Amino acid sequence: MKIFSTDHKVIAKQYLSAGLFWAVVGGLTAYMIRWQLAYPETEVPGWGFIAPDFYNMLVTMHGTIMVFFVAMPIMLAAFGNFLIPLMIGAQDMAFPRLNMLSFWIFFLASVVLLLSFFVPGGAASAGWTGYPPLSAKVEYTGVNWGLNLWILALALEFVSFLMGGINFLTTTINLRAPGMTFFRLPLIIWMEFTAAILFMLSVGPLIAGAVMLLMDRVLGTSFYLPERGGEPLLWQHLFWFFGHPEVYVILLPGLGIVLEIMPVFSRKPIFGYRPIIYSTIAAGMLSFIVWAHHQFLSGMDPRLAMPFSITTIIISVPFALIVFAMIATLWRGSISFPTPMLFAIGTLSIFIIGGLTGIFNGSAPVDIYIHDTYFVVAHFHFTLFSATFFAGFAGLYFWFPKMFGRMMNETLGKTHFWLTFIFFNAVFIPMHFVGLGGMMRRIANPMQYEFLQPLQPINIFITIASILLLISQIPFVINFLWSMIRGRAAERNPWQANTLEWRTQSPPPHSNFETIPVVYRSPYEYSSPEVSEDWLPQDQPLAPSAAARQ
Amino acid sequence: MDTRAETLTATGIPTGKIGVWWFLASEITVFGGLIACYIVVRLGSGGWAEASSHLNFSLALLNTFVLLSSSLTMVLAFAAVEDRKPKKLHINLLLTLLLGLTFLVIKGFEYAGEIAQGFTPGAGIFWSFYYGMTGLHALHVLAGIVVNLILLIAALRDTLRPNEHRVELAGLYWHFVDIVWIFLFPLLYLT
Repeated sequence: MKIFSTDHKVIAKQYLSAGLFWAVVGGLTAYMIRWQLAYPETEVPGWGFIAPDFYNMLVTMHGTIMVFFVAMPIMLAAFGNFLIPLMIGAQDMAFPRLNMLSFWIFFLASVVLLLSFFVPGGAASAGWTGYPPLSAKVEYTGVNWGLNLWILALALEFVSFLMGGINFLTTTINLRAPGMTFFRLPLIIWMEFTAAILFMLSVGPLIAGAVMLLMDRVLGTSFYLPERGGEPLLWQHLFWFFGHPEVYVILLPGLGIVLEIMPVFSRKPIFGYRPIIYSTIAAGMLSFIVWAHHQFLSGMDPRLAMPFSITTIIISVPFALIVFAMIATLWRGSISFPTPMLFAIGTLSIFIIGGLTGIFNGSAPVDIYIHDTYFVVAHFHFTLFSATFFAGFAGLYFWFPKMFGRMMNETLGKTHFWLTFIFFNAVFIPMHFVGLGGMMRRIANPMQYEFLQPLQPINIFITIASILLLISQIPFVINFLWSMIRGRAAERNPWQANTLEWRTQSPPPHSNFETIPVVYRSPYEYSSPEVSEDWLPQDQPLAPSAAARQ
Repeated sequence: MDTRAETLTATGIPTGKIGVWWFLASEITVFGGLIACYIVVRLGSGGWAEASSHLNFSLALLNTFVLLSSSLTMVLAFAAVEDRKPKKLHINLLLTLLLGLTFLVIKGFEYAGEIAQGFTPGAGIFWSFYYGMTGLHALHVLAGIVVNLILLIAALRDTLRPNEHRVELAGLYWHFVDIVWIFLFPLLYLT
């Protein structure tokens, strides 16, 4: 395997490895944050004492890493790169060299972010949202180069994903195999496609905003500094105009993976293929007009709260439709529960809870009380952890045979699922109550506040559960590495699925298909009466007798 | 099998063109966001017209003509590709390149004059936006010059074939950079 490869499958694995590496770093920051919250001012086992400045750095880097360096490379880049050409019947991405460049710029962004930990003053500590004026002046956080490198790393990452996005869109538009119309595309492709559009059309203003922030820090401009005519709220608008579509950039591929897995293990066609696509497009468009629901208490004009509450609650409608379509797909199916299916159902059940608490946060009157509390932290972990980790694991267990040509171990996989599912809920369900009890985000020591002291037993419980949640990932690591070398060899189509990637070898050769497939039907024709098997691949011509009946 | 992007198309539109248009779509949001910020912050505060009056209007007007002319030569270069006239292609690519460089040089004189008067990027919110917007635009001009230079070298070495359509793609980008200036010029200099 070449390191500088233009093969989309190699690039996908490179993104996956980078994302998994950062997930370990992000997990360690979570461990240190949780230890400090449960046992403030004590030495973290394996690390040492955490000063308040360092705590600020930990929460900043935890958010930055998990959103931009774990969720984005795994959900968008790794799955998108691996699946788009294979599932649309193409031999590679439209611009393979641009694709390679995209990964190596991401790699450079990773290096820059890693370096930022080691410069004098430490890494960025102005929160993952980087609000000015805190982030705009060195003396407010004491971090100079750390924060400059943080901006540089994000800028490089955006450039990388812009290149990736151009590839995703152009490939999906122009490299579809004969017969693969837009309404025969698998839903994961629709989701990656929509996610790429959302990213490319929302990130521009933040790129401009990041340039402005860097200029404030380095060139002495005053975009965000109120004492010289600037406007700190401007950054919040630019950040969340990107930040909210960004949530769906991560979420949509996760939902796509679940939608791909459920029909396979229910042996039933997807329920409501086209309504799901229309819902996705509607949610994508709405996601551009909800951003200020992050800013109800920012000091913006309070008259804006109502319109943004309304759009926020409207956006739950298309997602509710997708959730119901998932449940209806399971309804009266002949369901089996291998590991990918367990994680898919886990994603669904956790995402529903995250979606429901989103309605609390999106309603301005309620949000006034829960804004910036651990209720919000619990909410977005229910959505983003389910989208990134549960759906990500589902996708990895499902496509591992295609990626590496070997099967993963089911016993280890199921152990991994149940431990993760139990401890995830043990961490994040109690967090809602801590938040409703008034505990604020980003405080290094809750014991300093008298009204939070009675909540401390719950904080200790959460911390123990979160350490167990981290330990629960060990079966996955063992399974992943061991199966890659020693797993049972996978045949072409181990799950008896319909989509095109299962019609070629496992793993696929350099240009994917022996001959470019011709597509005859939609991707979810399970238990079709036309054939004796309960699956009917997209590129399989019907026998003349069956074709005549059609 | 031939797997080059240029030869595969499910829609009939050349793949490179789709890629460039998506790129431009996201570029529009970069400058769109910046211009929207400028308008919103300006509407919410005062004293901008006074600051704007210190800009060198005549140099900027000259620069506008320079950039507009470079769009013309870019189109002529594309026409030369269509007519298969290599000489005309070389001359027009070179002219586009030189006009782009002229734009940057004039812009540099403008910056130098303003900084000499004390209007540095830190001189106030108008100057923050002025340097931010024109600076980002100048970087885009520079990128366009590099692209045109690569095309010119390929054309001189006669290695452009079978990728002559790249002149059209570079032209799309060049016109975009030109159009951005058409927005920046009145917003910064005329108001």
